[in-house]
Amino acid sequence: MTEPMRPTPSPQAPAAPPRAASQMNWQVGLAVLVAAAILPFFLKNFVVFQITMVMIYAIAIIGLNLLTGFNGQFSLGHAAFYAIGAYTAAILMDKFDVSYVWTLPLAGLVSFVFGYLFGLPALRLEGIYLALATFGLSVAAPQLLKLSPFEHWTGGVQGIVLMKPDAPFGLPLNSDRWLYFFTLAVGALMTWMALNLVNSRTGRAMMAIRDNPIAARALGVDAPRYKALTFGVSAMYTGVAGALGAIVIAFVAPDSFTLLLSVSLLVGLVVGGVGWIPGAIFGALFVSFVPNIAESLSKGLSGAFYGAILLVVIYLAPSGVAGLFRAAMIRLKTKKAQGRTA
Amino acid sequence: MELFIQQVVAGLATGSIYACMALALVMIYQAIEHLNFAQGEMAMFSTFIAWQLMQWGVPYWGAFVLTIGIAFAGGVFIERVVLAPLHNAPILSHVVTFIALYVIINSFAGFIWDFTVKPFPTPFGTSPLLGSNLIGAHQAGTIAVTLAMLLFLFVFFRYTRIGLAMRAAAANPTSAKLVGIRVGWMTALGWGMAAAIGSVAGMLIAPIVFLEPNMMLSILVYAFAGAVLGGLTSPGGAVLGGLIVGVVENLAGTFIPVIGGELKLTIALVIIVAVLVWKPSGLFGRSIVVRV
Repeated sequence: MTEPMRPTPSPQAPAAPPRAASQMNWQVGLAVLVAAAILPFFLKNFVVFQITMVMIYAIAIIGLNLLTGFNGQFSLGHAAFYAIGAYTAAILMDKFDVSYVWTLPLAGLVSFVFGYLFGLPALRLEGIYLALATFGLSVAAPQLLKLSPFEHWTGGVQGIVLMKPDAPFGLPLNSDRWLYFFTLAVGALMTWMALNLVNSRTGRAMMAIRDNPIAARALGVDAPRYKALTFGVSAMYTGVAGALGAIVIAFVAPDSFTLLLSVSLLVGLVVGGVGWIPGAIFGALFVSFVPNIAESLSKGLSGAFYGAILLVVIYLAPSGVAGLFRAAMIRLKTKKAQGRTA
Repeated sequence: MELFIQQVVAGLATGSIYACMALALVMIYQAIEHLNFAQGEMAMFSTFIAWQLMQWGVPYWGAFVLTIGIAFAGGVFIERVVLAPLHNAPILSHVVTFIALYVIINSFAGFIWDFTVKPFPTPFGTSPLLGSNLIGAHQAGTIAVTLAMLLFLFVFFRYTRIGLAMRAAAANPTSAKLVGIRVGWMTALGWGMAAAIGSVAGMLIAPIVFLEPNMMLSILVYAFAGAVLGGLTSPGGAVLGGLIVGVVENLAGTFIPVIGGELKLTIALVIIVAVLVWKPSGLFGRSIVVRV
């Protein structure tokens, strides 16, 4: 019997926006940013806090998207990188009195190093095997954080309680609102960086590896280097999100960073659209609010409702919001073209 | 040395549970080429059905056989109703569908039978096997049943027409369709069989861990590890992988000081990842050759 020939499991359909539309993308991006800057003045404090968390998840999902959507590496372990970022920030603030602003680059750096180092052995693993390895990371992270030898730093099961920073320069904002703007600025910067990365030579190399690793290598792409680097950058994004999360919630504990968080990020990625950076915000909205909606529908069956909503979303939009968006754009274009010929 | 042997045997006993579940995972992997995260919950739900049947007065073996039948039908039903329409969706959408199934089944089980732990009977008795106190009769029975299922699957896939058709449908759906195999139904059959094996695993596991909606979570983690370690293309490898995971976990917990007890699972996973880095398609899996 001959070995069955199998097609390479190509992960996802690419969804890079066409270049011609970049002018319009800028305008949309700016409009969203302005709307986001005005929004908190019309909302209650708690809602502002919730939207801040949505933005934080969105940053983490962008990180996962760079790895999975643009480089084709699957991860169930991003809760671990989120935890690394969160704990780096928390320990720096708690033990070394570092200002919260400076914890972000440091948390990003530490997560990058961890991600890169994890990416090296992961080079040999693909698909389901990589899923298992990263899955192990998710399972290990909370256990390691609870470990007694590290308790002096991590606070063990109790975690670390932090202080919420106040608005600087005497701005008339309470800390929740200030952190909203702070997160918005960081999020906008990181989104812009991600978009640039994806549209660069490096980004094209990442996508080439995803679409056809052998052809990419034949074209001279150093696949191992890019894959490990992508792992690092992806971990950096998620780590910065974790650090922001620690600052905004003002508390870290091992049990906030379990497999459940990794799964949520994955759900957010798929709902938003794999391989489409702006999708992260839709995915983050989904994972932040839909569990609450399900809870309000029925206390006992909230899980069933959440699952059912998730199924309906997957049915209606198998490629996430990105797919819907693309379909709408195509329809718009054909309409325009028809208008011109008529 | 005596402690070592004792721990190895105890590890084999827990490993038999993982092996049983790993077998179900590999089964479905052969039919659909990805791992089903909802597998554990399907097994848990089937076990609850068995428990309910026994509450209604059905004798153990009657409930056992009936549950296998119900689980099989349930597996086929889930594939036909939930998965078949998503046939062309990207792989990650399938993964999310499994996650959705997981929470739905878990939530329904909690809703119908609540979250209190329930004892589940064992058909093998709890007495130690052959007077030695190394391994209980139930554990020995679990290993025996797992091996019997393995033999059955081997014969089924190797020597029956329908087994061959299922393998063909998984390996090369397009060509399989061209020679007249109904690929969609083969996938559904694979789901049914995986659900049936899972239900057997659930009924064997329940006497040890007690029956409750979250009983399968940690077992699924170990079974997943065992299946991948053994190689996802090899049912025999999955059984061996499950047993190895059980033994490694137990030995790590006993012999590594301080952190051993706290990090049993982590150590097991680290060892498995190390093995995978050395042999990327598992210990017994075939490495897949891809045409460029």
